[in-house]
Amino acid sequence: MERRTIFAGWVLPVLLVAPQLLLTVFFFLWPAGRAMWTSLERQDAFGIRTEFVGLDNFADLFADPLYLDSAVRTVGFCAAVAVLAMGTALLLAVFADRDIRGRAIYRTLLIWPYAIAPAIAAVLWVLLLHPQIGLVAHGLKAIGILWDYKLNDAQAMTVVILASAWKQVSYNFIFFLAGLQSIPKAVIEAARMDGARGWRRFRTITLPLLAPTMFFLIVVNIVYAAFDTFATIQALTQGGPGKATETLMLKVYRDGLINLDLGSSSAQSVVLMLGIVVLTALQFRFIGRRNAE
Amino acid sequence: MATLELQDLRKSFGTTPVLHGIDLALRDGEMLVIVGASGCGKSTLLRLVAGLEVPTSGRIVLDGQDVARRDPAERDIAMVFQNYALYPHMSVFDNMAYGLKIRGLSKDDIKARVQEAADMLGLGPLLDRKPRQLSGGQRQRVAMGRAIVRHPKLFLFDEPLSNLDAKLRVTMRAEIKRLQRRMGVTSLYVTHDQVEAMTLGDRLLVLHQGVAVQLATPMEVFERPANTYVAGFIGAPAMNLLPGTLSHAGSAVTLGNGMLVPFADGKRDGADGRQLTIGIRPEHIRLDHTGVPMQIDLVEPLGSETVLIGRLPDGELLSVKVPGRGPATDQVMIGFDAAALHVFDAATGLRLG
Repeated sequence: MERRTIFAGWVLPVLLVAPQLLLTVFFFLWPAGRAMWTSLERQDAFGIRTEFVGLDNFADLFADPLYLDSAVRTVGFCAAVAVLAMGTALLLAVFADRDIRGRAIYRTLLIWPYAIAPAIAAVLWVLLLHPQIGLVAHGLKAIGILWDYKLNDAQAMTVVILASAWKQVSYNFIFFLAGLQSIPKAVIEAARMDGARGWRRFRTITLPLLAPTMFFLIVVNIVYAAFDTFATIQALTQGGPGKATETLMLKVYRDGLINLDLGSSSAQSVVLMLGIVVLTALQFRFIGRRNAE
Repeated sequence: MATLELQDLRKSFGTTPVLHGIDLALRDGEMLVIVGASGCGKSTLLRLVAGLEVPTSGRIVLDGQDVARRDPAERDIAMVFQNYALYPHMSVFDNMAYGLKIRGLSKDDIKARVQEAADMLGLGPLLDRKPRQLSGGQRQRVAMGRAIVRHPKLFLFDEPLSNLDAKLRVTMRAEIKRLQRRMGVTSLYVTHDQVEAMTLGDRLLVLHQGVAVQLATPMEVFERPANTYVAGFIGAPAMNLLPGTLSHAGSAVTLGNGMLVPFADGKRDGADGRQLTIGIRPEHIRLDHTGVPMQIDLVEPLGSETVLIGRLPDGELLSVKVPGRGPATDQVMIGFDAAALHVFDAATGLRLG
């Protein structure tokens, strides 16, 4: 239900909205506007002269095999993180939804990782996986697997996917658990009376009823994997070895702040921004449709 | 088609006992209604039979086999839930077909069975709809259809009419009875509504605080309630229960106000002075010039009859049902119909004779 408040004049409503608007202007509209403008410019190597080049930066970007590689890598990374984070969370939520002893503790523990800063989480993973001092690395070496994610591309990718997914499991878990608990118990019982058991019941009753939650989480997880994993990856591999774990987000950072190619970096930002706009629009439309039902 | 037998069935949740040893036998094709106030354990009893709860002890014998520890999937029982519990993401057809698909019936068989049930329930034009596009009565029908298509050994009804409005409830009640008779499936029906219980059941089981207090035909329960609880529970307005003492060598009762009523059906055991509870239904109290005065507090006209609620001289509350409009005065003289008296022991509440 929608609630409307009627204000007598315009001063109070403007005052109430102003702080939020100011934040948006200074931390989003202004930098985003700058990025958009910069994306149409090119600076010389010493930063002395800047010229307007129109869409040249974008044209260069889409002709650059390194950029396209990074885009493909990002898509793969996002898919892997989303699938892993959601799959794990769903499994845990299904268990937590049962009547088990110590359920409250179990649930609390599962929500913890969400409260940990990405860089700290990355440090935890380093301590586990570090080729020389890591616990897991020791174990893997003991069973004959050469483990060095700082040298091995595939291992590096595995590490950043694991660390990124792990961070997101808690969030997904909460939503899945809420989704599971909103399924009427009687519907599940009706399915039991109809003779449906185990996986079959889960697939034909529970999963379809979780679909709205599922869709919401897919969008959220993709956004997370594409944009919020910067700190985790930067702390673990800095995009390396080589460019093995360089997602689009890391490339923006590297090209702009390390290589100081502001034009190209801004153009990349603008492309990413468009990506976010599309995903957000998709999500809003979906939530709107759900509420309309 | 099956018989059902419950043997000393008990259930506790934690340390709280909910059912204290229920024994019950259903004949093939019989409709047995379990009735009781909320919290009496009737839903738990039904869920035990369904297999949704595991009994603490006791046996549930369905068609000669003890199924007490079996999964619902292995019992071949269909259940109609109070809030219908339809699968919201499936069409009406799929809702009914689901149980049949699980059992691996062929597509043609499923279609035939669903069509048959849909015709029986008048659901034909709705088969493609989703549950949310249906009215309450239609949802109720789909829930029934889902049970019918299964051709199960046993039907379980868990207060299936309580979410419907009064008018629809009467229609659906008749429909359930008709369907059950026609299909001849042994059924357990749980309700707190005594009208449903009286009209639907071949027999009634009155449950009170986890104990089966009476198992008999509806008319038997009405005419010879086993104790004061059943007496007060079945019948509307409720039976009047008045304190009294045995007198005249067990052949009469003296009520609190000194009124003496002889028993029409013989003596009761015990010494004179034994504490009794006397039950008399409001419709069995008549206006009588030679009787005792009753002060009227409230008049409830029901159209064809009128309920008078008032007090006897000793302060006992009493309700009286009289035909027509009832008297216009605020005091009436009443007399008891001795043949309609119910006599209970005051301490145990059990029926005497």
